[in-house]
Amino acid sequence: MSEKPLSAPSETKTSLLNNPTFRSVTFQVVMVLAVVAFFVYIANNTLNNMAQRGISTGFGFLDQKAGFGILMSLIEYDADHTYGRTFFVGLLNTLLVSFLGIVVATILGFIIGVARLSANWLIARIAAAYIEIFRNIPLLLQILFWYFAVLSALPSPRQSLSIFGVGYLNVRGLYLPAPVPEPGMLAVGVGFVLGLVAAVFVTRWAHKRQERTGQQFPVFYTGVGLIIGLPLLVFAATGFPLGWDMPVLKGFNFRGGLPVIPELVALVLALSIYTAAFIAEIVRAGILAVSHGQTEAARALGLRPNLTLRLVVIPQAMRVIIPPLTSQYLNLAKNSSLATAVGYPDLVAVWSGTTLNQTGQAVEIILMTMAVYLTISLLISAFMNWYNNRKALVER
Amino acid sequence: MSQPGVTMEFKMHPELPPPAMTVGVVGWFRQNLFSSLANTILTLVAVYMLYITLVPLIQWAFIDSNWAGTSRDDCTGGGACWVFIVKRLDQFIYGFYPEAERWRVQLSFALLAALCVPLFVKRLPKKVWLGAFLLFVYPVLAFFLLYGGPFGLQVIATDQWGGLMLTLVLSSVGMVASLPIGILLALGRRSTMPIVRTFCVAFIELWRGVPLITVLFMSSVMLPLFFPEGVTLDKLVRALIGITLFESAYMAEVVRGGLQAIPKGQYEAAKALGLNFWKSMALIVMPQALKLVIPGIVNTFIALFKDTTLVIIIGLFDILGAVEAAIKDPSWLGYAIEGYVFAALVFWIFCYGMSRYSQALERKLSTGHTQ
Repeated sequence: MSEKPLSAPSETKTSLLNNPTFRSVTFQVVMVLAVVAFFVYIANNTLNNMAQRGISTGFGFLDQKAGFGILMSLIEYDADHTYGRTFFVGLLNTLLVSFLGIVVATILGFIIGVARLSANWLIARIAAAYIEIFRNIPLLLQILFWYFAVLSALPSPRQSLSIFGVGYLNVRGLYLPAPVPEPGMLAVGVGFVLGLVAAVFVTRWAHKRQERTGQQFPVFYTGVGLIIGLPLLVFAATGFPLGWDMPVLKGFNFRGGLPVIPELVALVLALSIYTAAFIAEIVRAGILAVSHGQTEAARALGLRPNLTLRLVVIPQAMRVIIPPLTSQYLNLAKNSSLATAVGYPDLVAVWSGTTLNQTGQAVEIILMTMAVYLTISLLISAFMNWYNNRKALVER
Repeated sequence: MSQPGVTMEFKMHPELPPPAMTVGVVGWFRQNLFSSLANTILTLVAVYMLYITLVPLIQWAFIDSNWAGTSRDDCTGGGACWVFIVKRLDQFIYGFYPEAERWRVQLSFALLAALCVPLFVKRLPKKVWLGAFLLFVYPVLAFFLLYGGPFGLQVIATDQWGGLMLTLVLSSVGMVASLPIGILLALGRRSTMPIVRTFCVAFIELWRGVPLITVLFMSSVMLPLFFPEGVTLDKLVRALIGITLFESAYMAEVVRGGLQAIPKGQYEAAKALGLNFWKSMALIVMPQALKLVIPGIVNTFIALFKDTTLVIIIGLFDILGAVEAAIKDPSWLGYAIEGYVFAALVFWIFCYGMSRYSQALERKLSTGHTQ
């Protein structure tokens, strides 16, 4: 065994240009330099341009007086407040419309998705027609349609459409009764929290008991009883401490109650109808993704139909449904920025619109707006990753 | 038991007719509409809902509507006033494009249609060249036709473009530009070079995380600040830059899905054949990956087509903008619904057409193992 050792491949002479490590390092260094140069060039140009046009920089304008009113605000606001406060007014309005839209779109989307799979031919066809019509028409068009064509054709306050005598719909908006909490309401809130905590503990205990003994415990009904029943009990015991402020027609308009501006109504309608069409398709795909063998196996094990649905079909369908559903929620939140087209004071309308026009500080304002949406979407995708990791199939 | 000598002839009993209640029209109705009490109630409710919505709709759109005429005085039927649409059709299609030069728009549309039709013919030789012509030569040709310049064509500034024509320009440029950028970004995101990957991830997540409207605001108010003094960019070009950046990020994610679905063996086989990175991508991986994600790509195209409506917020007049302007015209007030219905119909036809085409393409290209 006195042969001379095989020469290592590295000793063969190759051109440095063909060395993969060298190439990749060079390429990346060049890329970093190019990107840095690009940003320096842009920043330089921007500063020059702003200096030339006399635009001030920095975030000092946040403390200045805004001097304009906003149509609708969830926090106290008038023209004397600062620009910093207009930002929060807009942000809260965006969050409000996104939340309402998500709730309505989810309910509508699940109903239509299930209807799409109905054994009833007519119902399935109507659901299919709904999906094909509404997802192929631009959302902006739908928002404008509801706002300019439908809501502005509603009657004047004197001829309002009555909704079961408690709410009124007219050209100025939707007037709902407003709940007015009285002193004992705090106890009801405490009852609700206690019920929630108790339900969590009962669920954990029941799970452990089932692991140990195999005996089941009616967790669902106990939970519902605790979360809904307990506050109701407190509510009754404290003598129903909740009044309703009804909207009343006085002069030319309604007073009192909870007025909802037509911009918000149009926006929520359009956003939820549009998004529901996508959610319906996701729900349908999710249900179809559970193979028929799973249902048959569950029946063969002797599970009753409702148990099959609850323990076998829904958990597996949800695994397919949740990730695209979250991205639809994200889309809805981003699409709520179209509010600016009908004048609903959301973040884009108030901040990138009015405030930008008044201060002229385009860079700061656009970057802040983008940062808000980016934060929301990163939070939602972080949640989605967490959920996916928790629910992903554990394969052995 | 039979007696010997007596032959009995066995005869088939004549076939019973199928039970009338389970076959034929009646059976279909019973099975699909009235299979149970709940189903029957559902059917009746649905029929009633259709009756109260569809009948007035048909009455409004067709029976009571007016089609011919010149002014709102001709709308006497009480239903839809399609006269408004007919009168304004030119504006909806061409925007403010000068009337004498409209043949140029028509010619470029006709050219596009003439080039697209052969793509649907099966087994046409040299189809790839036709596609390449459509992708690389046609846009240049169309640009000079629409904008003018050489051959003594009058220059039509982009602020006179509008209507359906602008919608088509925005969406087709967006599609043609966002696909290659999206492919590069997707490759970058799966690269082994950490810095390249980081840049691509940051780019994709940044644009996917913000609404298109803020991107358009950015391109209309921030972009002019980025350029050195004296350089001004056309409003349309700025909108196009915004749309392309935004959609290429979505395209990148769709293409990445396809790349991830290609088994590792394909990459390794391409390497074993001695193909370099770009060749193995172009000849082995991409054709398979793109075929897999056709539905996703077309969905992105449909989304892009619908998203082009947002340009009205930064002051461009696409078809929706033209309709918006027309319904605010004092001599035609009160016909908002007709205008919106027309615009919706146009968008619906394009989007539904694209989705059907993608389904057909998917079926045609599947070499598949699906039943």
